[in-house]
Amino acid sequence: MKRPWQGRRIPLSWLLLTRQPIRLLVALAGISFAGILMFMQLGFRDGLFDASVTVHRLFDADLVLISPRSASSVRMAGFPRRRLVQTLADPEVEGVTPVHWGLMLWRNPETRRNRAILALGFNPDDPFFMDPGLAQKTGVLKQKGRILFDQLSRPEFGPIAQWHREGRTVETEIAGNRVRVAGLVSLGTSFGADGNLLTSTETFLDLLPQKPPGAIEVGLIRLRAGSDPDRVLARLKQRLPDDVIVLSKQGFIDFEQNYWRSSTSIGFIFTLGAAMGFVVGCVIVYQVLYTDVSDHLPEYATLMAMGYRLSHLLGVVLREGVYLAVMGYVPAYLAGQGLYWFVRDATRLPVGMNATRALTVLVMILVMCVASSLLAMRRLVDADPAEIF
Amino acid sequence: MAAVELSGLSHAYGRGAMRRQVLQNISLRIDPGEVVLLTGPSGCGKTTLLTLIGALRSVQSGDVTVLGERLDGAGRRRRQQVRRRIGMIFQGHNLLRCLTAEQNVQMGSDLLPGLGYRARRDEARRWLRAVGLEDQMAQMPHDLSGGQKQRVAIARALAAHPRLLLADEPTAALDSATGRGVVELLRTLALEQSCAVLMVTHDPRILDVADRLLRMEDGCLLPPVQ
Repeated sequence: MKRPWQGRRIPLSWLLLTRQPIRLLVALAGISFAGILMFMQLGFRDGLFDASVTVHRLFDADLVLISPRSASSVRMAGFPRRRLVQTLADPEVEGVTPVHWGLMLWRNPETRRNRAILALGFNPDDPFFMDPGLAQKTGVLKQKGRILFDQLSRPEFGPIAQWHREGRTVETEIAGNRVRVAGLVSLGTSFGADGNLLTSTETFLDLLPQKPPGAIEVGLIRLRAGSDPDRVLARLKQRLPDDVIVLSKQGFIDFEQNYWRSSTSIGFIFTLGAAMGFVVGCVIVYQVLYTDVSDHLPEYATLMAMGYRLSHLLGVVLREGVYLAVMGYVPAYLAGQGLYWFVRDATRLPVGMNATRALTVLVMILVMCVASSLLAMRRLVDADPAEIF
Repeated sequence: MAAVELSGLSHAYGRGAMRRQVLQNISLRIDPGEVVLLTGPSGCGKTTLLTLIGALRSVQSGDVTVLGERLDGAGRRRRQQVRRRIGMIFQGHNLLRCLTAEQNVQMGSDLLPGLGYRARRDEARRWLRAVGLEDQMAQMPHDLSGGQKQRVAIARALAAHPRLLLADEPTAALDSATGRGVVELLRTLALEQSCAVLMVTHDPRILDVADRLLRMEDGCLLPPVQ
């Protein structure tokens, strides 16, 4: 019987790798670089998808109405407000609230430059917000010309948050109309919107007078407790004409994410970037292992001549691959954390490490190293022990 | 049972017009504990013969029995099994550069079945002492002299308890005194194990260590000279 301690061997893979420390360091730098590239690209991609729905997640609604002409949060089309009122006819609908949603030109009060900001107009008495803290803040919007400014907006909109905290009255213009910042909220930017502001329906319509008054962009529907959203959704779909689409809350989030994923090249580009990192990593690891195996070919042939099995030697190369993967992953992970922090700081995008991505990249690096070692092993099969005499 | 028994062994390289016969109808027998030296001009097929006996090549024609195992028609796996019981010493020492002398020898004793790590390491140390390198155990190969390296290679070959030792010009890279010492050591240790030795050499100064001398020319074994 073979006991575990009898299986202990000289750590040949480890010694082979560490015999030339400089080469090992270069290899690890290459693997880490590939890992960092994957972390960045996947982080940007996920950050984009997360960020694109920060506003969507705010609402405490069971069902959402939007216009079929709406493409994404930055291109929302209007639909007749009475469609939303119609849904009240359904016995399971508890309440509805209309939301105005659109981009406006915000003038930076410091530099007087205009920049598009995403504005949401809703009824401050019934804001349908998930976060109770946010719902309390909306009271100040009942006064006309007041807005809540998203303090996570990009700095190009002006030092609004800082001025506001200093107690100054911050006023600026939107489309030629004076507005006053009545408070700060924390929402976050997305690839589509560099900043956000919340205001009341009335203020919203004052800022965009050319808008048809009966049109809204989003209709939020809250259902009675215990009702099945899917059933109501199917019923409303049947009852309403096709100038609106009914979505579940998740459907509303998916609608936005799908736009960025499929209708723009952004998702594709970042996935491709991650794939490039993977390929670059494969090439580097393969190069390292291939030269390593070629370099030690006479030694491997000696081992085979001594009676070691080919599978034993393949195991040695495979372990080299796994060691490289693990040693290359650790610095990639740490650098990834650092870069995420840097990107968050610079772009205000919610880019961060999560367990899924950490694991994905680890698996990718492992696959990369193991696949390369498998390829490099073909060289081992050439090791003819008869050649060494 | 003979350590090596060949009859009618022939071998050729290449095909068609390029075909070159390197061994012709070789028959020989080596008994356990016998030390046999093989000499002959270069290119006469000595090394090919050694690789065939060492189960490093597949046999083309003729009967080859090494340590009781038929090698003609033996597959990869069978030859690997036979190789475990054969010790080999090469012209270049072929030590693993990333391992110390002790670890190199342990690569040999690691092939012994049913021994724990410590037992295999102690075995390696025992053989290093036997070749007189007890003070160089932790040295890397590039810190050892040519003779020391070759002695490590001998220890490595013997550490797997072989029944047959094949050596291809083990003294080629050594000066005459060192070479002489290495070969005598090889002979003594092999005899203690009643291990048969087949050694290819050009070195006329070591011919007297042999029990028997074989000479080859153009792929044929010359009749023994008394």
